[in-house]
Amino acid sequence: MMTLTLSHYLILAAVLFSISIAGIVINRKNIIILLMSIELMLLSVNLNFIAFSHYLDDLAGQVFVFFILTVAAAEAAIGLAILVVLFRNKRSINVEDIKELKW
Amino acid sequence: MTAEFVQPDLMPALPEMVMLAMTCLVLLVDLFLPQEKRGFTLLLSVATLALVIAAVIAVAPVGAVSSFGGSFVLDQLAVVLKIATCAVTILVFVYSRDYLADNDIYKGEYYVLGLFATLGMMVMISAHSFLLVYLGLELLSLSLYAMIAFNRNSLSASESAMKYFVLGAMASGLLLYGISIFYGITGTLDLNQVGISISAQFAQHPVALGFALTFIVVGLSFKLGAVPFHMWLPDIYQGSPTSVTLFIGTAPKIAGFAMAIRLLVDGLGDLQVDWSQMLLALAIASMAIGNIIAIAQTNFKRMLAYSTISHVGFILLGILSATANGYASAMFYTITYAITASVAFGVLLVLNRKGFEAENISDLSGLNDSNPWYAALLAIAMFSMAGVPPTVGFYAKLSVLQAVVQIEMIWLAVAAVLFSVIGLFYYLRVIKVMYFDQPLPEQTTTIKEALDVKLLLSANSLSLILLGMFPSTLMAYCILSFS
Repeated sequence: MMTLTLSHYLILAAVLFSISIAGIVINRKNIIILLMSIELMLLSVNLNFIAFSHYLDDLAGQVFVFFILTVAAAEAAIGLAILVVLFRNKRSINVEDIKELKW
Repeated sequence: MTAEFVQPDLMPALPEMVMLAMTCLVLLVDLFLPQEKRGFTLLLSVATLALVIAAVIAVAPVGAVSSFGGSFVLDQLAVVLKIATCAVTILVFVYSRDYLADNDIYKGEYYVLGLFATLGMMVMISAHSFLLVYLGLELLSLSLYAMIAFNRNSLSASESAMKYFVLGAMASGLLLYGISIFYGITGTLDLNQVGISISAQFAQHPVALGFALTFIVVGLSFKLGAVPFHMWLPDIYQGSPTSVTLFIGTAPKIAGFAMAIRLLVDGLGDLQVDWSQMLLALAIASMAIGNIIAIAQTNFKRMLAYSTISHVGFILLGILSATANGYASAMFYTITYAITASVAFGVLLVLNRKGFEAENISDLSGLNDSNPWYAALLAIAMFSMAGVPPTVGFYAKLSVLQAVVQIEMIWLAVAAVLFSVIGLFYYLRVIKVMYFDQPLPEQTTTIKEALDVKLLLSANSLSLILLGMFPSTLMAYCILSFS
């Protein structure tokens, strides 16, 4: 029987974080996938905080997580609002169509 | 586990509380105002900022006061930067009025979002724990995303809002990841405790500390706009409504500087050797890329974005020298840059009229024939950005270079001067276009000018010369902040 140690959680969080970065950088299709990647990134950070908070026996990390969750909700609301405005003007949510501004 | 609840000392946070209460009042009052009385919202917003400046001066302590369990600090640095932020925001609000009216976006939300962003900046300036730094930063960023997308029918505005949102959120995520690792190593979020804990365990976890520090520096340079994390900046400057570009290009730079000082100097001071190296690479790349690519720009807003990148390089030079003189000169540079940029964008805003969006450098041609006074004001701002005496830009560059020479990095000072000389080209080109080119047909119509904007813009521009000739007062405050 294997026990879960701190490093298991940290590795999981690091993997999730890398997936989210890859999702933002190599995604060429849909802006909604970008928004999902951003949420995933914040959640991987939350996992880090909770793991540290548990193993350090310190509550501050869990308090930080509540704040991150709240901010993430506000961020998602604003991101989707901007997406709606963009779709009204552009009639597309394709990442490759966002090329009005260059160099 | 029971914790004693101690009533925190609320007085140091009085300016923030005044700001929050007044912003809610502005939001409420604006709801009942008809469109033709929108000027009252502006008046109330400017009064709010003036009141906050008065509150900052009233509670200014002699030394440093910390409250809320050490997570909020009010020191000389915070006092000076908060006054500068609010003063610059007043300029932004007044300059924007006619542009907003001409583009049918003269709404109260602009001022409310601007005030909330300013509140976020004030929190960032006073933050002394990771949590408060993050919350202030997000309050600023979320307000800015909404402000950029404010012109709902503009394609370029909504596109640049989306870009800023994705990259800004990614930068926050990187910063947070770094913070979470620091929390794991030190077990605390308070920047003072973090500093103590790092100096105790520096030998145990050098790799983990360097790893976390990299994330923090990357997140910071995204927010400041340093190369290679600058790609959002030109697009956002060009795509946003000019009134919002004016706001993004001025006050948040001051808050970004404060965040860099709080995180790197106050919290992670023991890792100075590491972050100085990182900032060195960022600073050189910013000065090089910013100045060279700016030459190729035809859009004035985009050119100013690349010029901002090069100025960020200079600010980083002051921070990386890691001496009290270096920090003070970087602070002086940041404040005076915000004042200079508000003149440049302010003149651009005045030139905008209904149906004519002045944003290309060619739109400025022959400005001296049609509006000699505004041409002169813009010329002063360009000279100041280029660093020509007697404007303040010269003194700011000089003091940063002095700090770099003091740490015996002569080659770095020489490189900075060389890049500034390259930068001189595109600033002088703007002046050449204004004074020696033939005016365009649409430029010959005289611009409608409001007296208050003209007076404020003139005072703002002339203050660049005044500060350049008598920099000692502001510089004394900057040095006092780091002694």
